[in-house]
Amino acid sequence: MKKLSISKGTRSDLLTCAGVILAFVVVSALKANGGLNRSQAGMLVPVCCYIVMAVSLNLTVGILGDLSLGHAGFMSVGAFTGIITAMSLAEKIPSAPLRLALAMVVGAVFAAVIGFLIGIPVLRLSGDYLAIVTLAFGEIIKELITCLLVGVDERGLHVIFNFNGSRNANDLNLGAAGRVIVKGAQGATGTQTIATFTAGFILIMITLVVVQNLIRSRQGRAIMAVRDNRIAAEAVGISVTRYKMMAFVTSAALAGAAGALFGLNYSNLAATKFDFNTSILVLVFVVLGGLGNIRGSIIATVVLYILPEALRGFANYRMLIYAVVLIVVMLTTNNPVIKSYRDQWQQKLRREKGREANAA
Amino acid sequence: MTANSLRVLNPQSAWAAEDSAAPGAEKKKTKLVPVVRTSYLPERDADKTPILECIDLGISFGGLKAVDNFNLALGRTEIAGLIGPNGAGKTTIFNLLTKVYQPTHGTILLDGKDIAYSSTEQVNRAGIARTFQNIRLFHNQSVLDNVLIGLHNEMHYTMAEAVLRMPRYWKAEKVARERAMEYLSLFHLEEHADEPAGSLPYGAQRRLEIARALATNPSLLLLDEPAAGMNPSETAELMENIVRIRDTFQIAILLIEHDMNLVMNICEGIAVLNFGRIIAKGTPDDIRANPAVIEAYLGRKGAQKL
Ligand SMILES: Nc1ncnc2c1ncn2[C@@H]1O[C@H](COP(=O)(O)OP(=O)(O)OP(=O)(O)O)[C@@H](O)[C@H]1O
Ligand SMILES: [Mg+2]
Repeated sequence: MKKLSISKGTRSDLLTCAGVILAFVVVSALKANGGLNRSQAGMLVPVCCYIVMAVSLNLTVGILGDLSLGHAGFMSVGAFTGIITAMSLAEKIPSAPLRLALAMVVGAVFAAVIGFLIGIPVLRLSGDYLAIVTLAFGEIIKELITCLLVGVDERGLHVIFNFNGSRNANDLNLGAAGRVIVKGAQGATGTQTIATFTAGFILIMITLVVVQNLIRSRQGRAIMAVRDNRIAAEAVGISVTRYKMMAFVTSAALAGAAGALFGLNYSNLAATKFDFNTSILVLVFVVLGGLGNIRGSIIATVVLYILPEALRGFANYRMLIYAVVLIVVMLTTNNPVIKSYRDQWQQKLRREKGREANAA
Repeated sequence: MTANSLRVLNPQSAWAAEDSAAPGAEKKKTKLVPVVRTSYLPERDADKTPILECIDLGISFGGLKAVDNFNLALGRTEIAGLIGPNGAGKTTIFNLLTKVYQPTHGTILLDGKDIAYSSTEQVNRAGIARTFQNIRLFHNQSVLDNVLIGLHNEMHYTMAEAVLRMPRYWKAEKVARERAMEYLSLFHLEEHADEPAGSLPYGAQRRLEIARALATNPSLLLLDEPAAGMNPSETAELMENIVRIRDTFQIAILLIEHDMNLVMNICEGIAVLNFGRIIAKGTPDDIRANPAVIEAYLGRKGAQKL
C-alpha cells in the first residue's frame, strides 16, 4: 500500500504559507529601511484585510459554491464592534496589541452570530436567489449601522438606535469624561489607529490555517461534496444545512476579524465604506484568483489592489486599464476552449508520468 | 408462513385510524404497524425481522401514480432484484426508500423502524446506501476523496480538532485512508486513487459509486442498474462482486437491473414492476415461468406467439 507521506495538497498549502511569510519578511525589511513611501506603507494593512476578505469569501463562493454578494456586511459588523471594543477598553487595557487582538476576536464573534442568523433563511436558497438575498442583507447591515450612536463614559457603554434620524450624540447623555465612538451616518470618529502590518500578517496566517485545514478535513470534504452533488452528498449521510452553515459562519467570522483590523486602521470610518461595491470588489479578487483556489485569491488581491495605485501616473486611463486587465484575465482563465486545452495537456502529462513509473 | 395469517387486517383502514389518532410529536415514535407479509424471505433470514419492509407504498406525481400499492419484505442477507420495463417506477421506488421523494401513502420500515420522518441523510445513517442510475460521483474530486466522503460519518473529530490538527484528526484520517483504500481494492480501483473521479471509464465510475455507498456502512445497499454500460466481462465480475459483498459484509442488497442474466443468476427474490404496480413476485424460477411477466416485457401479442 502507498505510504502516507505529505500529500500533494498539504504541500501546496505549506507553499502558500511560506510565500506569505516570505512576502511579510521582505516588505517588513523594506519598510524598516525606508523603502516604502507613505502611500505605499498606508496600503499594507488594507491589503492584509482584503486578502483575508478574499480568502474567506472563497470559502463561501469557491468551496461551498454559493454566490454571496454581501460579504462586506460581515466586514462592517466586525469593523464597528471591533472599534467599539477597542475604544471602550482604552483605559482598562493599555496594551494596544492586546486591545487589537481582543477587538478582532469580538469582531469575529459578532460577525459569526450575524452570519448564523442570516444563514438560517439564506442557505435555504440557491443560485441567483441566494446572491440577491445576501446582497439585501449586506445593505440592511450597512443601513442599521448608519443609525447607530455609541458612546462610552465612566458608567459604561451607551447605545442608541437612531431609526428616524431625530436624535444625535447629545442624546447619549454621556458623563463628563465620556466620548462618542460611533456617530450615526458619520460613522466611527476619532478612533485610535492601533492596527499594524504585523497584526495583518498574523490574521492572514490564522485565516490560511483555518481555511486550508478545514478544506482537508472531513468537514471540508463534506462542504465540497454538497457543492459538487447535493443529492449524492445527502445519500452518503451528509447534513447539507449543517455544512453549509459551517462554511458560511466560518467565512463570516474571518470577515469580521478582517473588518475589525480594517476599522482600527482609520481614525474616521463610515458604514458606507462597506457597501455593495466593496462586496463586488472582493468577489472580483476571488473570481480572478480562481474559485476554490486560496493562493490565487491572495495573489489576485495583491495585484488588483496595488495595480490602480501603480497606474496613478496614467491618471485618466487608470480605470480603463484596470477594466481591460480584468476582462483579459477572465477570458483567459475561464474560456472553455483554453480550459479544455489545458485539461488535455494535464492529462497527457499525467499519462506520461504513469508510463515512466511503469517503465521504472 | 405465519405472516400470511395477518393478511386479514386491511392495511388501508389501519393507516386511517393511526393518522387521525396521533398528532404531532406522538407520530415520531415508531409505529406499531400490522405487517402484511406477502414476500417470502430466504430461509436463513426468515426468523429475523426483515431489514426492509414496504407496506402499501405509493406516490403520485400530479395525476400519475408512479408507484402504487408496493409491498415488499427483504431478508437481512438477501440479494433481491427489482425489474420491469422502462418507466415502470423502479428508480422512483429507490427515491422513496431514500426519502428523495416523500411517499404519498404507505409505510417504510427499516429494521422494523418507521422512517416516515427521516430525511435522506438520516436514512443513510440509519442504514440505507444507494447508487444512482445516472452516476452521481463528486467528479472533480479524487477517487480516494469520493470514498472518504462516504466514510464521513465513520470519522469522529470536530472542526476545531481539524483546524488545529489535533492527534484525533491525524489518527482518524489515517484509519479512514486505509479503510478507503481497502474499499477501493475490493473494486480494483486502488491504482486510480489519486485521479479525479470524472476521468475514470464508465464501468469504473459505477464500481466507485458502489465503493462509496459501501463506505457508509449500510445494512441495505440499493443498486440502480449497476451493470448499465458495462461489457460482458465487467458484468460477470460485477456479479461475483455483488455476491462477495453480501457474504463479507452480511448485508441485504436490492438491485434494479435490465440484464436478465445477472438478475436471474444472483437474485434470490425478484419483484416485477409494471406501470408502478407489482405484477409478480417470487424466486427467479417463478418469475421466468410467469405469463404476466412475459406479457409485460414482450407485449400481449409477443406473449401469445411464445
Ligand atoms: N419527479 C418526477 N416528476 C414527475 N414524474 C416523475 C418523476 N420521477 C419519475 N416520474 C415518472 O414516474 C415514472 C417512473 O419513472 P422511473 O424513473 O421510476 O422509471 P424506471 O422504472 O426507473 O425506468 P428506467 O428503467 O427507464 O430507469 C415515469 O413515468 C416518470 O416519468
Ligand atoms: Mg430507472
